[in-house]
Parts: sequence; structure tokens; C-alpha cells
Amino acid sequence: MAKVLDNPRPTIKERAAKLGGQVQGSQAWNSIFRPGSIFRKGYTDSPRNRSYVVMNSVLYHLHPVKVKRHAVKVSYTLCLGGLSFFLFILLTVTGIFLMFFYRPTAANAWQDIQMLQTSVTFGLLVRNMHRWGAHLMVLSVFLHMARVFYHGAYKPPREFNWVIGVVLLTLTLLLSFTGYLLPWDQLALWAVAVGTNMMGYTPVFGNQVRFVLLGGVEIGSETLLRWYVLHVLMLPFVIVIFMAIHFWRVRKDGGISGPL
Amino acid sequence: MTEIPEHLLKRAQAARQKAAGTGSADSAGSGERIPDALLDRTRAAGTSEKAAAVVAAGASAGLPVGAGPGGHTQRLLTVVKSGSIQEAKAAPVDKVHTWPHLLAVEFVAALACTAFLFVFSWVVNAPLLQAADFNKTPNPSKAPWYFLGLQELLTMFHPMIAGVTLPGMGLIALILAPYLDRNPSNKPEDRKFMTSMMTMFLMFWAVLVIIGSFFRGPGFNFIFPWRDGIYFEL
Repeated sequence: MAKVLDNPRPTIKERAAKLGGQVQGSQAWNSIFRPGSIFRKGYTDSPRNRSYVVMNSVLYHLHPVKVKRHAVKVSYTLCLGGLSFFLFILLTVTGIFLMFFYRPTAANAWQDIQMLQTSVTFGLLVRNMHRWGAHLMVLSVFLHMARVFYHGAYKPPREFNWVIGVVLLTLTLLLSFTGYLLPWDQLALWAVAVGTNMMGYTPVFGNQVRFVLLGGVEIGSETLLRWYVLHVLMLPFVIVIFMAIHFWRVRKDGGISGPL
Repeated sequence: MTEIPEHLLKRAQAARQKAAGTGSADSAGSGERIPDALLDRTRAAGTSEKAAAVVAAGASAGLPVGAGPGGHTQRLLTVVKSGSIQEAKAAPVDKVHTWPHLLAVEFVAALACTAFLFVFSWVVNAPLLQAADFNKTPNPSKAPWYFLGLQELLTMFHPMIAGVTLPGMGLIALILAPYLDRNPSNKPEDRKFMTSMMTMFLMFWAVLVIIGSFFRGPGFNFIFPWRDGIYFEL
């Protein structure tokens, strides 16, 4: 009896604490959660650990360890560039979800969207988010451009990054426009008909441009497949490359512009 | 004149004290290591310091001409700090740590954006009209809203001008903006011309898009949305 009292069985709380200590002290844990991680035992809020948080994260090290004080103010950037990037990620995630339920053929496309909205769990919600997110991204990229212009942030040494920004704006519009056709409803078909007719008036090789874009002389199943591939693969691929250069150059050109 | 850093002054002070200490010890105890002639010279220089006529004293003791006080033939002219010979371009900038100052702001912004999109998508459904039908042309047929400015231009110009030339020129003007604007200032008061140019450019497109979106009805004829209804799908 006395023996039991001397050495009582550990409570669940104590066992959990011990287990937690063992896990967090293990080599595997420490090799994943580097110094400075909030998951690591003993995080203290020191300048060193604040630097580690950024340096040891594949996501955060897009940023430098330190940024100019005025750049942190929301009233300077309005977060527009960051939100454009965030919306792009959101659109990628929702877009991948939509791809599971969609076949880019004239016979199936519209029915698939209809099925997605009526029979797939959260299908309607995800499609709505993809559509409104796309419009929002066009808007935020456009506003980002206006913000950059009004702050004179396109001036040396950032003039080339501005050029890349204009390319990104164009790519955003193209991404949105190629996605517009995919539901294959009356709105999509005739909006794209109007748009591609305009492109047909390109001087010298207008007809060729139109033919390549439509995959024929008129909009049809080939157009749908072509724009689908452009929308889900080629344009995202290209825009990611340009985004990488855009973000890299922000840092190479000495961080964000300003203060005014 | 460059200010000599405090730690260097301290180091020099310590060295001088050490030299003075060992010097006296040497003269007292270990005379064999240093030739007597040199010790004599040191003593002579020490006395000549008080005599104030350095050169004369040096000459009388057989010192090289131009030796300084204490008989040193070298002098420390100045301490050159690294900043004064290396061209330092970076002026100190007021900076804060990215974590938590920037990442917290970004996190909140992303969260707010997601919440807004989520609620908006919950309430408003994306349009899905009848399946595409080549035999039924809707009236009016409109492009996506960001191209409605171009479609509006189509009512005024030949398609080659409205659809290709004007937007192409706009795009090229945007690309060339940093190369055309040679004014280095980013202060709003210094760049009123460019600011007003851009505002006119943006307003031009905004007005065209708004007209194309809300003020165009069947046959793409001009209407008033409050009288004839809205012919617009997102």
C-alpha cells in the first residue's frame, strides 16, 4: 500500500505531457520544425527567432527577414499585390476541384456544370467561388497597377518589373477570358464569339490568329478543348513563371518602393 | 575630420601604458636585450621632450633628423574608418521584422478576402444560362465586362482600330510608361502631369466599360438602365 502511495500511477495529463515532450524532443520533430518554429518547444520572441521564422519556411522566405517600416502599413499597398497572388492560389485550388467534374467537349461541358451544381457536394459553392474569385482577381490586379502607378513605383530601378506587371495583367485577362467559355452556355458562347471576332481584325494575319485560337473557322468543340488546355495548364504555367520573376525582382530592386 | 572610435582610443591608451611600463622595466632589469646605445637615445629623447626643442635635442643625441617626440621615427597620422574609403551606398533604413509585423497583416488580409469570397459565393450564384446554341443569338451579345470598353469602341470605330489598334496602343503606352516618364521623383506634388494623364486613361476605360455594361441594351443600342432594365451578366 505504501509503495503505491509513494509511486502513484501517472495521470493522463502527466502522460500526455511526457509524450509531448518525447515527440517534440525527437530527432524527426526537430528536423522538420527548425529553430524559430512556433511548433518547437521553447520558442522565445527574440530577434534571432523572428528571423528564423522567415528563413526556415519555404513559404515565408518569399519575404526578406526585415522590411521597411512604411511597407507594413496597409494604407500604403492596400495589400493589393498580395491579394492578387492569394486569389490566384485560391483559384488554383477551386479550379482543381472543378476539374474533377468537367469534360471539355461540346456534348458534355454544360451538363457537367449542371451536374456539378446540383449533385456534387459543395459543387455550386466552389464554382461560385471560382467565378467571383476570378472577377475579383481581375479587379485587384487592375487596382494594384493603379496603386503602383500613383506611387511612382514604376520608376528606376523598378521599370522592368512594371513591364512584367503589365504582362501579368494581360495574362490575368487572358486567363479570365479563356475560363469564360468553359461553362458552354449561351453567355459563354456569345461573349467569346464577340471577343474572338475582334481578334480576327488583327492586321495582316487576323484570320490566322482567329484560326489558331478557335481551332477552326468557327467556335466548336475544338475551341473548347483548346481554351480548356490554355486555361488550366498553359496560361497558369506562363503566369507562374512571370510571377516568380515579378516577386524576385521586387527584392532585387530593393524591396517595396517608397516612402513617398 | 573623422572621429577616432572610442575602442581604438582605449586600445592605444592601453598599449601606451604597457609600453611605458615595460620600457621602465627594461631599463631597470633586462638591459642586455636592448643595446645600450638605444636605451641612451630613449633617455635622451625623454629629457629632450621637456626641453621642447625636439629637433635640436634629437640632433644632440644623434637621432635621425625629423624623429618625433619620444624618438619615434613613425607617427600615427589618423585612423581611417572603413566607411570613409569604401563607398557605402546604403543609408540606414527604418526596418521591422517580417514576422510578425508583415505576416500578421497578410494573414488577416487573406482571411478577410477568403471570408468575403465565401459569403458572397454563398449568397450569389454564378450565372449558368441555357446550353450553348449556335442558332439562337442572344440580344444583346456582350463580351466579359473587362472587354466591354473595347466592344463600346466598336460602335464608334472600324473593328481593326477598336479591337486591335487602340488596345494595343494602350498596352504599349503602359509598358513604355517608366521609360517615357523621366521625372525621378515619386512625390505626388512633383508629378501632377503623369498623375492626371493616368487618371484620364483609367477614367476613359472605366467610363467605356460602365457604358458598355449598363447603358447598352438590345441591338447594343443606348439605353438607360433605370428605364429599360439591365442587360448585364457577370
